Amino acid sequence: MATAAARTMEPPCEITLENLFHTPEGRRVLTCLQCGACVATCPYGEQMDYPPRRIIALLRAGLVEKVFTNDSLLACVACYACKAKCPRQIDLTGVLLPLAKEQVLARHPELPAELQKALENKLRYGNPMGESPRKRAAWTATAGVPIRQLPTDPRPVDVLWFVECYCSFYPRGQDNARATARVMHALGVDFAILGNEEKCAGECGRLTWEPGLFDTLMDYNMTVFSKYKFNRIVTSCPHAYDAFKIRYPIVGFNYALEHTTPYVARHLEKLRPLLKRRLDYTVTYQDSCCLGRHNNFYDEPRALLTAIPGVKLVDMTHNRVNSICCGGGGGGMWLDTYYKTKGYERLSERRVKEAVATGADVLAVSCDYEISRFEDALKVLGHDKKMVVRDVMELLAESLEVQP
Amino acid sequence: MAGNVWVLAETWRGQVSETTYELLALGRELAAELGVPLQAVLLGHQVKSLTPQLGAAESVVLVDHPALAEPALEPYTYALAQLVKARQPRCLLVPLTNISWEVLGLLPAALELPCANFCRDVRAADGKLQARCLLYGGKVEATAAVSAAPALFGILPGSRPAEKGRGEKAPAVEEVPVELAEAARVKFKKYLEPEAGDVDITQQTVLVSVGRGIQNQDNLALAEELAAALGGAVSGSRPVIDQGWLPLSRQVGKSGASVKPKLYLALGISGAPEHQEGMRNSELIVAVNTDPGAPIFAIAHFGVCADLFDIVPALTEEIKRRKASRAA
Amino acid sequence: MNIVVLLKMVPDVVEELEVAPDGKSLNAEFLRLIVNERDAHALEEAVLLKERHGGAVVAVAPEAPEVDEALFTALAKGADRAVKITGFTSDFSTRAAAKLLAQLLPRFLPADLLLAGCQAIDDVDGQLAAILAHELQLPYLGLVTQVKLEAAGRATVTKEFAGGVRGEFEMTLPAVLGIQAAEKPPRYIPVAKVRAAMKTQKIETVPAAGAPAAALVEVLQLAKPEAAGHAEMLTGSPAEAAGKLCGILLERGVL
Repeated sequence: MATAAARTMEPPCEITLENLFHTPEGRRVLTCLQCGACVATCPYGEQMDYPPRRIIALLRAGLVEKVFTNDSLLACVACYACKAKCPRQIDLTGVLLPLAKEQVLARHPELPAELQKALENKLRYGNPMGESPRKRAAWTATAGVPIRQLPTDPRPVDVLWFVECYCSFYPRGQDNARATARVMHALGVDFAILGNEEKCAGECGRLTWEPGLFDTLMDYNMTVFSKYKFNRIVTSCPHAYDAFKIRYPIVGFNYALEHTTPYVARHLEKLRPLLKRRLDYTVTYQDSCCLGRHNNFYDEPRALLTAIPGVKLVDMTHNRVNSICCGGGGGGMWLDTYYKTKGYERLSERRVKEAVATGADVLAVSCDYEISRFEDALKVLGHDKKMVVRDVMELLAESLEVQP
Repeated sequence: MAGNVWVLAETWRGQVSETTYELLALGRELAAELGVPLQAVLLGHQVKSLTPQLGAAESVVLVDHPALAEPALEPYTYALAQLVKARQPRCLLVPLTNISWEVLGLLPAALELPCANFCRDVRAADGKLQARCLLYGGKVEATAAVSAAPALFGILPGSRPAEKGRGEKAPAVEEVPVELAEAARVKFKKYLEPEAGDVDITQQTVLVSVGRGIQNQDNLALAEELAAALGGAVSGSRPVIDQGWLPLSRQVGKSGASVKPKLYLALGISGAPEHQEGMRNSELIVAVNTDPGAPIFAIAHFGVCADLFDIVPALTEEIKRRKASRAA
Repeated sequence: MNIVVLLKMVPDVVEELEVAPDGKSLNAEFLRLIVNERDAHALEEAVLLKERHGGAVVAVAPEAPEVDEALFTALAKGADRAVKITGFTSDFSTRAAAKLLAQLLPRFLPADLLLAGCQAIDDVDGQLAAILAHELQLPYLGLVTQVKLEAAGRATVTKEFAGGVRGEFEMTLPAVLGIQAAEKPPRYIPVAKVRAAMKTQKIETVPAAGAPAAALVEVLQLAKPEAAGHAEMLTGSPAEAAGKLCGILLERGVL
């Protein structure tokens, strides 16, 4: 396989715990001050037996094996908070924690059932829900606008839209996908999707203990990309965005890449005159970990929201780099039961309380994980009459004059 | 007599099982089609007193032997093999249940007989016996013909209403001696009863039953809340029990309980035959499933093709609202 | 404790099953195969027993699409040998497959236990574990959920009856068990471990000997099940559907 060869030919592209200290990132780990900022900023810091600071201390002492026989790292939701606050700028979330998690999994085969099922499903069906891959593009039938699918119409295209799993299969995610299609259509974008050939980009594989699963999905998607001609990839999923941006280049991914929210924001001036329907909503916006803290897209979603006539934007106490994770990253999406049995507060609930406190009636999001998590949290806390969750794309589509 | 239709009369802890009557009803139809007598075959020890209940059959072939006292089925297989060889029935209908499981597996192996599994129906067509078999978890139905007689059919529970398999008159009984070795390789030791103290789901008037679609243990709270609003209990299908999300005593289906509540609400249960057999006789079946092709919709009276996570909270709320308004 | 586990590939029912133009087989174009769920439990039980008592596990599977991956996964999970029986085609009945396997299994004996799933979703003609037991003249119990080894070639085995009632049996070994469920759900195995198994371990291949036994049950036709009836579907938003349903429950006196 060409991709596998590329991996071995360009060292040190795979960092492992063994070669960690021979890499720039590993040497940076050695500069840790043991200040504990990572613990303090971690949303589950109090619950973790081995927060990043302790892992590094044990690594230095040659005692890191202790970390691997303990399930405390299951509390890591890969939210990049520790990385963002580290005074030495050590990539704790992207490098150190995944390496440690990988070792835990190798020694501790009993994963929580829900996470295990999600990983098995991703490998077998290319989506964590275990839905038939042949139904991946079924949502397009009700999009109200034509959506080109490359497998049946492989002509070159400007935008290859990588829809991802939640937007393809989860009912509220499909609403988001349909809204995105309408927005792109209104903008006159030349776009197409991979249809049933698309599989999960695998980001949570990497950050969820399972690099082998990630590699399998990465190799698959790279092969599919190579079949078609396009100018850029735009994805609805911040996790896929991260995977493509950070991990896929190791195997030669060098396509232009954008997430839908900043992509549409880049075309705001063309979109603005089309946003004719007034939406008298007070909106608060959730900065997703991948899109915000990890990639600094703070202003783009806000620019889109405030371009909608009638929308009043209010921020939560914790916003932008200080935003609180929905709890879905790093595998948290499939650990709700586990967290509950451990007695952890659900992060989505912590976050929703803050959102409701703003007095807003809409919680806007840009991450496909968040709709289900926040809607569930609103129901659990009894706030579902006060507040609804909408993707930024859904609000834009609602404001477009042309409604299907 | 050669060519008869036989039904294996199954007993469970001293009683004739419900499924036996269903098979007698099916067997009676088949015997009429073929123009041959229907006979029930009853094996056990000191079970002669049960024969009057098998009146749907013209006669009962009874084997009484101490080796048949326990539910270890190797001796049952040996006894049946002798009977089948000697009498050459046209076919033997065997309940596809956990109780008769080993007979259904071992007997056709021992006698080199055809054995069609998962049958919901058996008919005579052009002189051949044909079965309709539910394969692939109930997603596909096969029409299968057997090439030889005697033939075995493993009949899914629910093939016919049990009432049609109860007869008025006591049938003639013919007791047949068999040779059975004493040294059994599989010895029954004891029954392990379900843990006491839990809800008895067979006694509930309302069951809210959850399947794979519930996704995790946590979401059971939704079902619990709905069950509380309806005044019922929560039960589950095999995957939910396998995961340990509900105790074994709450399992509905082949390995679990057979239930007949006034309302059976199936949430995220696709409805494989193994599950259907435990709940298909419920008075009112309502199914919620995202898959419009789910087999559960074929036996439910009402269905909602939707995500249970949308429907259940809405339903719970609506029930609470109506109860509150009635109270007021 | 030496254990032979039989794995069978069956159609994955997550995928829509379509009937082929011949009307009596499944359309292979869209078919994906997966290890029969009960067989996956049998493998898990075998590995659990090996971890508890030592010994070796041999996973044996008839040739089928995607079977190599299933066998490498079995190796990664803890099987010591993986054996693919070639010369099988998808139209073999369970009975024919069992009889061919029974001829080959003696080369993997002596073993204390032969485990297989208690049934497969495509068992039209017979049950694998029971036929093997008969052919090899070994004792058999189906629907097994627990195996405890006792001294001197005996085991205490739990079988599921109904209504949460189980039965405890004592068996002499060697024996054939049809597994209903392992004591724990089948374990997760990281993809990297499966890949490592692919690199470092081998699947042995053994050809099936002789022609398959003639089918005694012939499939004349396959079709989507004709429903005796169909539920009356309640449509509308969740609130509307819930409202309609409440109306029905009131009418029926359930509320």
